[in-house]
Amino acid sequence: MARKIPEIPSASLADIAFMLLIFFLVTTTMDVDSGLERRLPQWVDRDQLDETPQINERNIFVVLVNRNNDLLVEGEYTNIDELRDRAKEFLANPTNAENLPEKEPKEIPYFGEVMVSKGVISLRNDLDTRYGTYLAVQNELVAAFNELRDELARDHFGKSYDELDGEQQDAIRDVYPLMISEAEPKGKNVGGN
Amino acid sequence: MSKFRKKGGKELPPISTASLPDIVFMLLFFFMVSTTMREVTYKVQIHLPEATELSKLEKKSLVSYIYVGEPLLQYQKTFGVAPRIQLNDEFATVNDIQDYVTSEREARAEDERPMMITSLKVDENTKMGIVNDIKQELRKAAALHINYSSRRRAER
Repeated sequence: MARKIPEIPSASLADIAFMLLIFFLVTTTMDVDSGLERRLPQWVDRDQLDETPQINERNIFVVLVNRNNDLLVEGEYTNIDELRDRAKEFLANPTNAENLPEKEPKEIPYFGEVMVSKGVISLRNDLDTRYGTYLAVQNELVAAFNELRDELARDHFGKSYDELDGEQQDAIRDVYPLMISEAEPKGKNVGGN
Repeated sequence: MSKFRKKGGKELPPISTASLPDIVFMLLFFFMVSTTMREVTYKVQIHLPEATELSKLEKKSLVSYIYVGEPLLQYQKTFGVAPRIQLNDEFATVNDIQDYVTSEREARAEDERPMMITSLKVDENTKMGIVNDIKQELRKAAALHINYSSRRRAER
């Protein structure tokens, strides 16, 4: 009769698995990377800089952030909580007010001829502005665009902007193009490292 | 009488631990799947700012990172407390960024290069001066698609 093979001890298997588990717990991170997505403008040489088209005063929404992280919107001190609504009012210009941006007719699929605002948001910060404040301002401005787009999507398609398909999103993006221009900051150049 | 039953007569059989490795392996697989490997060792402290209008970085392979913040305590003796840039595992200066972007671009397949994203992980207390310098360098290097890394804030 063949001898019975003794059972292989498997008590250490758990320990090995625990060791692997702890290794992964320590060396990996859980968080999904997310952030505010923006596109930088193309680099232009200094000598071509003068050819930038002049924009009518009423079409510019000036947002300034100073070194003490105060916000100056169109010449008035503003709390950051009010920025989103002010930006929305500027961009939508529902009453065609004189001091808000002009609109020009544009042919857009799904919508036909729409009056598209020529408004541009101009953001300028100081070199000593806190990054956190800068990002909060950026966030509010992008939020203003997103809310307007979402409202339009609900009015026109009865769905939120995220639920629309690519072409519909493109159309809405044409109605409210993301126009945030960042001016070169003023202030003494401290350089950093 | 049952009260004076002989001790050790009916010992409980040892509890089987055979399923323990399986359970631990399950946990292990969960963590392997749901987490990502740390890419670099941070040499700077980064406390990300909060924002609401976030988009996820979908393709990790297309993302290159730039870290900015105060050096960690053990590096402060040599590098001071002023915010510094970290590229890969090394401290760097603004002038290194163009080279970094170029080398990152070289490392990607040609058809993926236009989709590359640069993620800026910047501490929220950093001054904008250094961030501006980085942005200018990125513009010069034609790495225009950027992502200001931030944490999700609960909607007001």
